[in-house]
Amino acid sequence: MNLTIKVWRQDGPSDKGKMVDYKLTDISPDQSFLEMMDVLNNQIIEEGGEPIAFDHDCREGICGMCSMYINGEAHGPGRGVTTCQLHMRSFNDGDTIYVEPWRAKAFPVIKDLVVDRTSFDRIIASGGYVSVNTGAAQDANALPVNKDDADAAFDAATCIGCGACVATCKNSSAMLFVSAKVSQLSLLPQGKVEAHDRVLNMVKQMDEEGFGNCTNTGACEVECPKGISLENIARMNREFMFASLTNK
Amino acid sequence: MSLDSKIPEGPIAEKWTNHKNNIKLVNPANKRLIDVIVIGTGLAGGSAAASLAEMGYNVKAFCFQDSPRRAHSIAAQGGINAAKNYQNDGDSTYRLFYDTVKGGDYRSREANVYRLAEVSANIIDQCVAQGVPFAREYGGLLDNRSFGGVQVSRTFYAKGQTGQQLLLGAYSAMERQIGKGKIQMYDRHEMLDLVVVDGKARGIIARNLINGEIERHSAHAVLICSGGYGNVFFLSTNAMGSNATAAWKIHQKGAHFANPCYTQIHPTCIPVSGDYQSKLTLMSESLRNDGRIWVPKKKEDVEAIRSGKLRPREIKEEDRDYYLERRYPSFGNLVPRDVASRAAKERCDAGYGVNQTGEAVFLDFASAIMRYGREAANVQGIHNPDEKTIKKLGDEVIANKYGNLFQMYEKITDDNPYETPMKIYPAVHYTMGGVWVDYNLMTSIPGCYALGEANFSDHGANRLGASALMQGLADGYFVIPYTIGDYLADDIRTGTIPTDTPEFDAAEKAVQERINHFMNNKGSKPVDHFHKRLGKIMWEKCGMARNEKGLKEAIAEIQELRKEFWADVKVPGTANSFNQELEKAGRVADFLELGELMCLDALTRAESCGGHFREESQTDEGEAMRNDKDFTYVAAWEYTGEPSAAKLHKEELKYENIELKQRSYK
Repeated sequence: MNLTIKVWRQDGPSDKGKMVDYKLTDISPDQSFLEMMDVLNNQIIEEGGEPIAFDHDCREGICGMCSMYINGEAHGPGRGVTTCQLHMRSFNDGDTIYVEPWRAKAFPVIKDLVVDRTSFDRIIASGGYVSVNTGAAQDANALPVNKDDADAAFDAATCIGCGACVATCKNSSAMLFVSAKVSQLSLLPQGKVEAHDRVLNMVKQMDEEGFGNCTNTGACEVECPKGISLENIARMNREFMFASLTNK
Repeated sequence: MSLDSKIPEGPIAEKWTNHKNNIKLVNPANKRLIDVIVIGTGLAGGSAAASLAEMGYNVKAFCFQDSPRRAHSIAAQGGINAAKNYQNDGDSTYRLFYDTVKGGDYRSREANVYRLAEVSANIIDQCVAQGVPFAREYGGLLDNRSFGGVQVSRTFYAKGQTGQQLLLGAYSAMERQIGKGKIQMYDRHEMLDLVVVDGKARGIIARNLINGEIERHSAHAVLICSGGYGNVFFLSTNAMGSNATAAWKIHQKGAHFANPCYTQIHPTCIPVSGDYQSKLTLMSESLRNDGRIWVPKKKEDVEAIRSGKLRPREIKEEDRDYYLERRYPSFGNLVPRDVASRAAKERCDAGYGVNQTGEAVFLDFASAIMRYGREAANVQGIHNPDEKTIKKLGDEVIANKYGNLFQMYEKITDDNPYETPMKIYPAVHYTMGGVWVDYNLMTSIPGCYALGEANFSDHGANRLGASALMQGLADGYFVIPYTIGDYLADDIRTGTIPTDTPEFDAAEKAVQERINHFMNNKGSKPVDHFHKRLGKIMWEKCGMARNEKGLKEAIAEIQELRKEFWADVKVPGTANSFNQELEKAGRVADFLELGELMCLDALTRAESCGGHFREESQTDEGEAMRNDKDFTYVAAWEYTGEPSAAKLHKEELKYENIELKQRSYK
């Protein structure tokens, strides 16, 4: 395949940044999108340029590090995939492909396609845990959990924290991410003890980080590589309202 | 330097309890005066950092990724073992201990493995309390499944994402301490050297990967939890960033490196498809419960399949060679990983590989689909179902069990495994070797510890499935919190370690010089070029089968390649900015030394054991043959300047509770 790749290049947080064109020839349809980027980078290095910075690590769709906005979609075309799981067979010979970073106020660009997502970590640090020290646990089977609740908690827990939901949302809202953690823990008896404080603190931190609010567009659910459901946002809103009304 | 494993006295079942009762403690007020550095935030590092901070130590945690949640433990699929005996099937601490020692082909330290089995049950309790959503039965209690090489169901799991859920548990415990200020988190930071003061580990030199600043960090102890070194092979199931730099740096500063040749080649991975390939993807071992592995019996069928003239399902049953079932009738497709990998290589080397490159075998679910389909039809009361109905019902059962894996396979290969057999081939997956540690997990540098895959301690020459997660969390949650106190008890009056000392100056200078070399080197080839060549040498000559001639060649070739690398590597950009090529250059420079040491270790160990197969040491039937008389030891290598000049220290392995036997899976 022969392709034209238009990539966002930005030297640092204060640089203005611009789209730059690259030509690639002989790309195999079996290559992954990131392997195509590797080839492009080695081509740039051999021509004496600076390679395109992008985040990636596990390359099997689970670490949540890769984060490209491809042809106007978070993680590119295809549903239920991260950028690293996207293959060139999803494109056609002669295509022009646009590659941009996640864009959100709370995800400032570090360089090129690399953004700073530590705001997500700070949200988890504000309450996304069960307060149990190592060694303080009772026997694992002492606390039976209804299977439906356990399965729903698991589905929420599969969030990989990539930030596609924020990137794709017109409000740059992090509600899907935050609600996934709130839901996982509020569905389980272990997490119920601190449920009120958790939701209040996490929402507060989310707002302080500069994420927008939810207007129920549902784009986040569509672009989420792990299929995290919008139901979680509803559950978080319910938890939040309940906690706001009852907390002293 | 002598090797003292510090194994406590007494019967094996009492060693750990006695040891805990007798080692020194640090009182809560004094813990606040002590700093601990943790490198890596996977299961070992994350659990250690969280636990130590909860106890009151001041922790500084480092990871090269943008968040501690990204560490590669997250990619583990299958599960975590624990001797809970919830299934009432006769499991016990002793059985888990025995299975692990046997699975490791009798090359691990008994006392460490017993302790691992002993604390395994606590791990499950801890994780459940954190809110890890393990699979449950309808009664609300935890579910278990079975894994290769054992006869009980002791594996706890969360679908195919067990590693992710366990890591998120440890990560949330860490974030809780970060929120309290007890852990200072340094993400996008890479440790580039260890600082040793008066013979003790007292800090590190790290590079801030965003702005390139070189930073000094001091502490009373340093924990290396940086994972394994499988990426020496370039192509492996490790993450792209997984590297051995922290482990190699402490080796250069005096920590012995143990059994580097023990590499686990996992039998079920998606085969290489082209030169552009950057990594290999694992398909969980659990697939071998239902998949049958085969290649065609006839060479002409192999040709027809390769050229696309025949489809695999068109080959008649009698023309298929189910070689694992043929060679190992009692274990069949469920032989341990090392045995399954070598058998695949044997068939492919003989010319029966089923893809273009000749390096793939089939993993076929057709018979399992039909078997489950018939069962489901019976359950649903469908009498005399037609083939199509059976297939549909069978597909549903398989989708419930392995759905996410089948989907992952289809995304990568564009083949539908419900309709055509998967193609698989072995790939580098895990390294049993690592930094030598004593019973307290301390390396041969006082105050420097190694945890998880980074150390060598528990898996011998071959790791069993679902045991890596167990070891990482055991080390971090339940071993280091006790053993570190024994060392730090002497440091309560030391005070903060200053960083303006000659030792920090010298370490920083060395780091800076290496970076300057890369930036000023006007070479012609990118880092990947050298990494791929190193990987090819390692895979061909220090991979699934090794021999004396090949290993000697490999050592010479790696030395040559290393020279070429330093002279001709091209690193673009600048040192004081975000520069991923510079990061890679440093990691590959270390792989180029470690690779040579792996070959030297493999050459020295002239026996076959576990993942290490020396062609000279095999039975008439081609099975691995150990040599217990000469090689029942841990090979701990001391750095002396050049990998080839490393000095060998032997820690004799004593088996007091388990009798050494030749493994047989026939």
